[in-house]
Amino acid sequence: MQPAPHHSHTLTLAAVAATALAAAFLLLHPAAHGDAAPTPFFWLCTVALGAGAIWTIRRVAALNTGRFDGVLTAGLFGLWILYFWQILVVAFDVPRVLLPAPALIAQSLVENWPKLWGDFNQTVVRAVTVGWVLGSGMGFGVAVAIDRMPFLQRGLLPLASLTSTVPLVAVAPIAVMWFGFEWPSKAAVVVLMTFFPMLVSTLAGLQASGKLERELMYSYAAGYRRTLWSLRLPAATPFIFGALKVNATLALIGAIVAEFFGSPTVGLGFRISTEASRMNMALVWSAIVVAAVTGSVAYALLVQLERRAAFWHPSVRGK
Amino acid sequence: MATTIKPAPWWEQLLPVAVMLLAVIILWYGAACGMNASGAIERVLDPTGNPWTWQDLVSVTLNMERPILPAPHQIALDFWSSLVDWPVDSPRNLLYHVAVTGQTTLVGFVMGTLLGLVLSILIVHSRTLDRALLPWIVASQTVPVLAIAPIVLVILGSLGLEGLLPKAVIAMYLCFFPVTVAMVQGLRSPQVIETEMMHTYAANRWQTLWLLRMPAALPFLFPALRVGIAAGLVGAMVAELPTGATAGLGARLLTGSYYGNTLAIWSALVMSALLGLVLTTFVAGLERVSLRHRR
Amino acid sequence: MNSVSANANPALASRTDARPAVEVRNASVVYQTADTPVAALSDIDLRIGEGEFVSLIGPSGCGKTTLLRVIADLEPISAGSVLVNGVTPHDARLARAYGYVFQSPALFPWRNVLANVMLPLQIQGNSASQSRVIALEHLERVGLSGFEKKYPWQLSGGMQQRVSIARALAFEPKILMMDEPFGALDEITRDRLNEQLQQLWQRERRTVVFVTHSIAEAVYLSSRIVVMSPRPGRIVKVIESPLPDERFLALRDTQAFMDVAHAVREALADGHND
Repeated sequence: MQPAPHHSHTLTLAAVAATALAAAFLLLHPAAHGDAAPTPFFWLCTVALGAGAIWTIRRVAALNTGRFDGVLTAGLFGLWILYFWQILVVAFDVPRVLLPAPALIAQSLVENWPKLWGDFNQTVVRAVTVGWVLGSGMGFGVAVAIDRMPFLQRGLLPLASLTSTVPLVAVAPIAVMWFGFEWPSKAAVVVLMTFFPMLVSTLAGLQASGKLERELMYSYAAGYRRTLWSLRLPAATPFIFGALKVNATLALIGAIVAEFFGSPTVGLGFRISTEASRMNMALVWSAIVVAAVTGSVAYALLVQLERRAAFWHPSVRGK
Repeated sequence: MATTIKPAPWWEQLLPVAVMLLAVIILWYGAACGMNASGAIERVLDPTGNPWTWQDLVSVTLNMERPILPAPHQIALDFWSSLVDWPVDSPRNLLYHVAVTGQTTLVGFVMGTLLGLVLSILIVHSRTLDRALLPWIVASQTVPVLAIAPIVLVILGSLGLEGLLPKAVIAMYLCFFPVTVAMVQGLRSPQVIETEMMHTYAANRWQTLWLLRMPAALPFLFPALRVGIAAGLVGAMVAELPTGATAGLGARLLTGSYYGNTLAIWSALVMSALLGLVLTTFVAGLERVSLRHRR
Repeated sequence: MNSVSANANPALASRTDARPAVEVRNASVVYQTADTPVAALSDIDLRIGEGEFVSLIGPSGCGKTTLLRVIADLEPISAGSVLVNGVTPHDARLARAYGYVFQSPALFPWRNVLANVMLPLQIQGNSASQSRVIALEHLERVGLSGFEKKYPWQLSGGMQQRVSIARALAFEPKILMMDEPFGALDEITRDRLNEQLQQLWQRERRTVVFVTHSIAEAVYLSSRIVVMSPRPGRIVKVIESPLPDERFLALRDTQAFMDVAHAVREALADGHND
């Protein structure tokens, strides 16, 4: 527990502006864009700028302006990392195949956009979406179906946890063998990965309604289906959304890794593995950026949906 | 939030699980017959020119060399033979591959856990790191980390690092995320009145860390360790793929896939499931020992 | 198990002779535990007339909540008979003859206040617009107009419990059962809610079966007080209240009130010493 030091906002703003300006100037130095070998003066400036960057991050971290403080600090940190990555990679003349500069990655992203869009389509729009919807849907459906059969539940759950220890890597080649090289085999892998988390979470959610609430419905002589619809399913929504969020991540990973095992000449996983073996690292990074952005956007969308559906739950209310 | 249902005591679970297993095995045999049927008819039964019966079909589909879905007994036999028919250090023996993958996983797991612990302690004690770094760590959980495996291997390979270490690095990368996030949550879990009490004892930050925060964080740590070791196993197996590796369960899966050796794939799958089970049970055992005095 | 009438006023006597809303005869509830069976209720005889306000009071484990739950068909009896409005509790429940108020409000957090009160009405098959009108009216009766759009977590404990009462009354059941509904509230809120409940009962004269462990509450609210004691759960004494029907909180400082409270306290002590 450290009390936050009291800093003035204007000083922080001035600090950030000043270091940003200095950073811009440093970019003008020939060593910064690879036209000349770095001089000791250049290194001095870089180190000084590094210290300045750390100073601005600390200042921003100490701010207490409101809801966006966390975003500001993390964002500033990310920007500085990108900047120093760019400068150092060029100054040290790091081989492109090892670690390309951010500018190069951005360039590759723009140049190869048509290819990457096709990959995105193949992997995300088809394999991931279909697999995620199917797998989560089936998990939900089976959970509701066996809700009244404790015997099946007790038999199924240990088997379910067993299959979750089967690494997805093991399932991918079999899926390719059964469903072919195209995207259905990747969707099949995703279905398998997402089915059990959804099943377990839905079952847990269905049991989450309180005893008093269930007795209340009983005192209203409400039947099984009415109780399910009015009480137990709404009470289960936080659990269901938790599983949907986890499944979104699993789905993306599953589809991409499944493509490592064989794919037609399109797909994010395919792109990553083939371009990596060709040492075309800029394109590999571009594909990873696409995958990362997809994952983050999907997660953020689900968080928004959850906020609508499970607005009443303490964890969503922010308690 | 916890999404586990309280499991029934083991004796109550025995019958349902046994029944489910039996049902699965019966369905499996049925599926094996069905899925292998067309291949069996094409390659084995028709070429002989003799008329064949259902019994012939069943016995052929359940004993094919390259089945689409091997029968359980085929898998069991292949599994067993790979264990006993070859010396332990031969690439034909599954135990050899288990050793390779297992080593990678454990090394990566230990490295990842240590890194996660150190990072989480730093984050909890530094507001700067907390605000600048933690959001990125949380956000990266939505990024398909496994996709980065090929890159990491290439970079490390060109730095001259080969063999166990690059693969362990990937496993480490996958382990340290859940451990960090869970430990940060756990180290912050003590209530305000507890930290204020330490404050009245004039305890410094290290004492508070050791005497209050760490013990409070353990119940958060172990579920994350279970997730971490499973993730580490997957990472180790994926890491074996790109470099044309010849050792390890992941490599075995890949070669089986290339040569259409279905039985090898399924044996490796069973073995990797068993390895995953052993590793998670190991961590669960650690948990039980460490938390044995708690509720 | 004595059914003793104190010097009752004639108006009350005629009420108990009317057709009983609840009739319990020789009822017992026995739980099988690991070592010995536990008699939660043993040989209970009780008649509750229509329009009465009956409190069940006693220390923990005396079976008062069990008795209430038995009448509400939330627990089965091991022996004896229970009739609610002349039929078994099961049939009474299916006929929606009573409303039940639990110790905690048990409001659904994903429904706003109005939707919560509408819940039983919807289950019973009323249309949405009908349910809404009825629900609004009952919210007004408990003094919560204007709060329809709020969600349960936005209300105080006392207000939530009032919503719970409005919900229980919304479908106009003949009998209202309440299980220590004000137990979790602070004394000031509790007093106000007691007064409101009293006034509600004055207006509507429903049969109320009320479980409490507060002597003051039982004496203030009821026309009849049933004192119970544990091990085994049984009725020690039934006290008819001579207090007038119209009651304000100031009544609690009068001699008549304290006499009744004294009688209850003695009965509780007796039960304890058995």
